[in-house]
Amino acid sequence: MLQKEKHNDLLQNALNIKKRFLQMYQAANAGHIGSSLSCAEILTFIRFGWMNETDEIILSKGHAAASLYSLLAEDGTLSQSDIETYYKNNTYLAAHPPAGKIKRIPFATGSLGHGLSIAAGLGLASKLKKNGKKVFCVCSDGELNEGSTWEAALFIVHQKLKNIVWFIDRNKLQGFGRTEDVMQMEPLADKLKAFGFEVLEADGHDFNSFEKVKDSFNEATKPIAVICNTIKGRSWKQFEDKLDSHYLPMKDNMFDSINAEIELHYQQTLIK
Amino acid sequence: MRKEFALAIIEAKKKHDNLVFVTGDLGYMALEQVMEVFGEEFINAGVAEQNMITVSAGLAHEGFIPFVYSIAPFVALRPYEQIRNDVCLHNLPVKLVGNGGGYGYGIMGATHHCLEDIGALRMLPNMKVIVPLTAEDVVQAISFMVKDSSPNYLRMNLAAKFDFEVAEFAAWRHLKKGEKATVIGTGPVLQNIVNAYAELDFWCLSVFPVIEIPDALIESIERTGKVIFIEEHLGEGGLRETLSFHLLGKLKKAVQVLSLSASGYPSGKYGNQQWHQEENSLAGESLKNRVGSFLS
Ligand SMILES: Cc1ncc(C[n+]2csc(CCOP(=O)(O)OP(=O)(O)O)c2C)c(N)n1
Repeated sequence: MLQKEKHNDLLQNALNIKKRFLQMYQAANAGHIGSSLSCAEILTFIRFGWMNETDEIILSKGHAAASLYSLLAEDGTLSQSDIETYYKNNTYLAAHPPAGKIKRIPFATGSLGHGLSIAAGLGLASKLKKNGKKVFCVCSDGELNEGSTWEAALFIVHQKLKNIVWFIDRNKLQGFGRTEDVMQMEPLADKLKAFGFEVLEADGHDFNSFEKVKDSFNEATKPIAVICNTIKGRSWKQFEDKLDSHYLPMKDNMFDSINAEIELHYQQTLIK
Repeated sequence: MRKEFALAIIEAKKKHDNLVFVTGDLGYMALEQVMEVFGEEFINAGVAEQNMITVSAGLAHEGFIPFVYSIAPFVALRPYEQIRNDVCLHNLPVKLVGNGGGYGYGIMGATHHCLEDIGALRMLPNMKVIVPLTAEDVVQAISFMVKDSSPNYLRMNLAAKFDFEVAEFAAWRHLKKGEKATVIGTGPVLQNIVNAYAELDFWCLSVFPVIEIPDALIESIERTGKVIFIEEHLGEGGLRETLSFHLLGKLKKAVQVLSLSASGYPSGKYGNQQWHQEENSLAGESLKNRVGSFLS
């Protein structure tokens, strides 16, 4: 269990991160909101609850870039004025993470199914260099359709890359349908186990759940894969767990109502 | 062109029962009607483009005509060897449809742009690359693709609109008569130079590889002494490269050449499609200036 103070700090970080990216989406009138709401706590925990300064984050589901940019503003890598360029002409902050221009974004992602191989490459390098660096990779469940993801999985297990933490944002929605209707993934945990991973399941919006993952990682004898049960578009009441949350921008008073909802979540989850 | 595409494919399905539609997990607010009309012959193959192509090759082998849809780089480049080996080598009628060729996906960034598809695919055996210019072209391109028994790639973009009549879809079209310079372009980006310099002689190329060059085009170039290539694609491997070769053997006099093409991401920054075009002298002031100094 997390200490009360640490838990509440993480909650505060997550609240700031979500508020900031909602503002970004609102200003840009952009979509992919549901994707960012799905992985906000995962990213927050990696950055503020787990990683060391030299570790790497790979957001393989690059379409949730706004959540990554917001995270990087939260840790001071990006400034507020950088953030304000999001989605505008002449920006580094495109709708998907750009190539080579931003600290902590080592690779451009956005084409699905590259991230886990990137993590494997970085992880192998750190193993060979013995520098103790960890690589955190956040994949979507849609990316599990890609053969390349499973090639990387085989490679990571075979090379015993225990310095990689593979998070799967399991919101059960993908580009044009529910994952189980498009391409059946279950029994996912069994698949991953059969590939040789130590498989952990987490509530993908709960920091205590992630803390347990972290403890298990330290004791694991195999590379770990974390199935994070999440809700796409969480807190966007009209579109929670709906495909629309992937594509639609906010309209009318949605911005206010999502903000109110995440604020409410925050208050309810805060340990008094 | 996406709307026209969806309507055209529905019409085609009514006439050709052996059409199947395969999507790489895309189609929200675009393919719902297609899905309804195709019924069980609409297949969402998931985010798994390599498999999607080769499955389509299997379908084509058994007499189906699969239309395979995704964002341009994910259908043209991601599964490249599958296209080469399983589709082109066997000359199977698999119809690739790439949405957003060039900088079409704008602020989505480099992973969603496709500046290499014409070059990469026109090299493959039996493959024809089709680059529509207008919305009407899309309809005709689809019927061309259905009739053609070979592999095709349709490169879709935001359709161009002109205030003059445009000839029916064909590999070559003389768009508009003019002088001073001969402009040869592919795709809707042509519109940008037509708007800026309406008095030039405009030609549109819509099918690759280039088989022949119209005599009237050679005459035009020899008359103006200046040729401008324009494409929302890399010049290397693109229209510039292939036409340079073809013209080399035909032109009897030396001419001046200006190539307007994409060069990727000179500043490393991003913007909407228009912004990327401007950064690459394919639109706006930068295009005006480059063409202006070439003409003077
Ligand atoms: C190789 C590739 N194919 C297709 C796409 C188009 N695309 C963008 S997001 C997406 C699916 C979104 O669902 P998922 O991957 O599960 O992400 P999440 O639900 O976490 O947002 C698709 C198909 C892409 N970006 N890359």
